[in-house]
Amino acid sequence: MAPQLMQESVGSRKRLTQKIAFILFRFFSLSIVAILFAILFFIIKNGIGVINWDFLSKAPQEGMTSGGIFPAIVGTLCLVIGSCLFSFPIGIMSGIYMNEYAKNGKLISFIRIMTNNLSGVPSVVFGLFGMSLFVNFLGFGDSIIAGSLTLGLMSLPLVIRTTEEALKSIDNSFREGSLALGATQLETIRKVILPMALPNIITGLILSIGRVSGETAPILFTAVAYFLPQLPTSIFDQVMALPYHLYVISTSGTDIEASRGMAYGTALVLIFIVLILNLIANMIRKHFTDKNKI
Amino acid sequence: MYTIEAKNVNFFYGEFQALKNINLQVEKNNVVAFIGPSGCGKSTFLRLLNRMNDLIDGVRLEGEILFEGKDIYRKDVKVDELRKKVGMVFQKPNPFPKSIFENVAYGLRVNGIKDKTYIENRVEQSLRGAALWDEVKDKLKKSAFALSGGQQQRLCIARAMAMAPSVLLMDEPASALDPISTAKIEELIHELKEQYTIIIVTHNMQQASRISDKTAYFYLGKLIEFGDTRKIFTHPDHQSTQNYITGRFG
Repeated sequence: MAPQLMQESVGSRKRLTQKIAFILFRFFSLSIVAILFAILFFIIKNGIGVINWDFLSKAPQEGMTSGGIFPAIVGTLCLVIGSCLFSFPIGIMSGIYMNEYAKNGKLISFIRIMTNNLSGVPSVVFGLFGMSLFVNFLGFGDSIIAGSLTLGLMSLPLVIRTTEEALKSIDNSFREGSLALGATQLETIRKVILPMALPNIITGLILSIGRVSGETAPILFTAVAYFLPQLPTSIFDQVMALPYHLYVISTSGTDIEASRGMAYGTALVLIFIVLILNLIANMIRKHFTDKNKI
Repeated sequence: MYTIEAKNVNFFYGEFQALKNINLQVEKNNVVAFIGPSGCGKSTFLRLLNRMNDLIDGVRLEGEILFEGKDIYRKDVKVDELRKKVGMVFQKPNPFPKSIFENVAYGLRVNGIKDKTYIENRVEQSLRGAALWDEVKDKLKKSAFALSGGQQQRLCIARAMAMAPSVLLMDEPASALDPISTAKIEELIHELKEQYTIIIVTHNMQQASRISDKTAYFYLGKLIEFGDTRKIFTHPDHQSTQNYITGRFG
């Protein structure tokens, strides 16, 4: 009897440990959701009051204590789209090269280490680099193009990495199947591998869009203006941008107390834009996932 | 002229020699079975015949492999052209995540064929050839992943046939399938023999004896014995072949 009894008590202790462990896991997972909701609630509660059509469609007025943030919305959209136009093609092509074409050699591991290092560089350093290269050396001045290129550079490692990972997760049997039918390597990538990897690549792109639209440091010295009542007319114009505008009116505006509400409103719009971009990207992603299933 | 001829083939993965001095000739419209214990080099040798091993880093080939009299490893050979003539069916069915129709049409499309009626006819012919037409004719637009494993494998055979190759290489095509699907594949191989030269790697002795005209027995990277299947299975020249066939090892 004795050994059996002992086994039972060990068994029940194990079950208890397991129960506690899972309760903890669940608690921590839920607390992440709670934190997210707390932030959203805080921003919405404080910011929703200033949101109206004028706020979204007008330029700031009276030392940024009234009026709207339209130029900043436009500026952020310009910078995000500009950086994507730069980082997506280059990043995706590099990722394809590294996973599909390059033999595993010293060059590739060197590129991979450098890519990883690049993603570890603080964003303010990217800002300084962008300033010296694009603004000064290439003479773009503080402009949409300089800011976009700087943001693009910053998000490049993420795009490369996710493309590589997405391609790596495709089973080799699909490549072999296509090549065995006499398809070239490029045809195989274009018609079989990329369509399969696309949903995962797009996820990476979503992440990079989210990151780019909230960055302040890289555009600080390369693109943004403190106050610009008019919209940009070319890519060589300066712009206002939401993250920087938020920073300005919360720290160094003419009357910080008076523009507090506008600051929360700006934050709300910024979060909303990221959310909408994510939703659009998710729809694209779902479209391609379904297409793979047919 | 032989359809495929290997002359003094040695093959290395890095330092490891996977194939040792292989000499072998395959005649047109024959079915040749490669047998031997795991790791004996039979699949490696099969994959040399359509240069599938090119995809692996750090490999080295010595000797010559001729397809219809021409060395397929010469520099001026276009690999994609070779693979159109030497088709391959893999161990695990690997249809593309496309419709049944598009799977078979894929090879034609990458070949630049645009004529819709030609593609439709060719797809039907190939599916009929692979004894799959009757089962899928009403759902050509459906995903290939919705098919059973056995159907998927016949789809892969149809896909290879659409390219009208002269040789079909099969790497244990039935090993992942149930007995009924296996029987269907074997029946199919029997019919395909009229048009194709078939080389099949198999672990199944009965299968080898049922479907092949000639059998090659590989052991530790060497071709131990190659000859008429009936002879190999009744009085092989080598004790090692005898032991393997009768199941005493391997």
